[in-house]
Amino acid sequence: MHDLSVAELAHALRSREFSSTELTRHCLQRIRSLDPQYNSFISVDDAGALAAAANADARLAAGEQGPLLGIPLAHKDIFCTTGLRTSCGSKMLDNFVPPYDATVTRLLRDAGTVLLGKTNMDEFAMGSSSETSFYGSTRNPWDTTRVPGGSSGGSAAAVAARLVPLATGTDTGGSIRQPAAFCGITGLKPTYGRVSRLGMVAYASSLDQGGPMARSAEDCALLLNAIAGLDPLDSTSSAHPVEDYTAQLRQPLTGLRIGLPREYFGEGLDTATGDRIHAALALLEQQGATLVDITLPHTELSIPTYYIIAPAEASTNLSRYDGVRYGYRCEAPRDLHDLYTRSRQEGFGDEVKRRILVGTFALSAGYYDAYYRKAQQVRRLIRQDFLDAFANVDIIAGPTTPGPAFGLGAKTSDPLAMYLEDVYTLAVNLAGLPAMSVPAGQAAGLPVGLQLIGPHFDEARLLNVAHQLQQASDWHRQAPVEASS
Amino acid sequence: MTVHQDDIEKLAELARLRIAPEAVAEVTDRIATILGLVDQLQSVDTAAVEPMANPLDAVQRLRSDAVTEDNRRDAFQAIAPAVENGLYLVPKVID
Repeated sequence: MHDLSVAELAHALRSREFSSTELTRHCLQRIRSLDPQYNSFISVDDAGALAAAANADARLAAGEQGPLLGIPLAHKDIFCTTGLRTSCGSKMLDNFVPPYDATVTRLLRDAGTVLLGKTNMDEFAMGSSSETSFYGSTRNPWDTTRVPGGSSGGSAAAVAARLVPLATGTDTGGSIRQPAAFCGITGLKPTYGRVSRLGMVAYASSLDQGGPMARSAEDCALLLNAIAGLDPLDSTSSAHPVEDYTAQLRQPLTGLRIGLPREYFGEGLDTATGDRIHAALALLEQQGATLVDITLPHTELSIPTYYIIAPAEASTNLSRYDGVRYGYRCEAPRDLHDLYTRSRQEGFGDEVKRRILVGTFALSAGYYDAYYRKAQQVRRLIRQDFLDAFANVDIIAGPTTPGPAFGLGAKTSDPLAMYLEDVYTLAVNLAGLPAMSVPAGQAAGLPVGLQLIGPHFDEARLLNVAHQLQQASDWHRQAPVEASS
Repeated sequence: MTVHQDDIEKLAELARLRIAPEAVAEVTDRIATILGLVDQLQSVDTAAVEPMANPLDAVQRLRSDAVTEDNRRDAFQAIAPAVENGLYLVPKVID
């Protein structure tokens, strides 16, 4: 059951091969027996899941045919879920039970999905390894001495270990794509504004975007279909028309022009990872695509630009956590100032505090123009690189990460080394573009991710290319050893 | 840009964070390293470049000025650390 794709599961549910309740019990049983070694879940909601499954079974029995009706899934613990704790991986929100649903949560509830639980993540989505979580590190199912990537590492590990067929993630600087690459699954960061941010705990509001994580491009398309679209409650969500993202999957790739940015294949790229990327590109070439060398000259500047803009927005967004209205409050505050500072000091972890301090610096009087405004200017140059490139190519491809999953603890003592992990993913968020990570086989037994980047709102094209690659390869079907036993 | 311990203490105060005295030196080092990284930006010529706040250059969408939300004060206050008679409680501000 747990090896079936979402389309296969939906078909089996409709033809009564098994019920959503049976499927849900099976997934919950796997989480109970296997997840202690991965720590991919922060909360598992057995009772809620079984109630949702019974409801889905009733809808199926009445003849309803939704593509996600009765399908189990997990949400990154950043999406608000009514009545179910939404911690964002932080002590600050350890006691936070939202009184409302995120738009993404609501749409998927209405579609009849069965929410199994909430997945582990870097605290407030700030990290690339899922090691900054208040609930302990998540471990990579391919090698439990290694990180699953982050910040959506719990969702990636849970999907890779076949605990759940579908999960949501969020991506501010690579947080869907990098863990998807490290765990050998398929993940899509949509165009900025494509998916509502309402009820998705804010990190950096001009960069944050929610999206699907699954085992195949087709499964990602099914999930994106359910969550994409204008939300009147999110003033930055886009009114751009929504397509049926499964409609173009079967288009041939003949004539497709794929740009290979020279900056993504230079020094710093692990050789074995590069070999896997070239093998995947060769497969796309065989299907009629043309590879074109391109340049994105400001790539290197995406790291300093991101590490001004994201912390600046974070320092503003996280000022709401003050120990007054919800979340953690310190014991016996002496006065109001003590209540604020001690609640924040005790409620936030080290990486979150570092980013708040850097952001406060970048926005403070005397430094605003030299840092924040400067970063916003360079951000425009970075986006222009992509717009220039898309004048000549349909999509851009390269590695998602410089190398495979690194060891637990290997980079925790050096924030800069961790930041450099994101060199191929940050620019996409700064430019607001859609991008995917797609499995491209393994290097030394660890998964490698091929990144595909498209023009604004061209998710359908990315999913088409990824699906065609997955028709010609079996990389996305490869599973870590523990989970298939 | 060099940062000193007293700069970090001032930033922490602005951000309503408290750094333990024994940790200030380490935090200063780490912030200085990060600021060293972002200093790369200073070498880029951006004289004619408009700052970009939104990657789609979108403008704020407006809605009609009408009440559309229910009042859910009780639900929101049910998750607060301390409330009384519909008010959030904080330590006394004025003696």
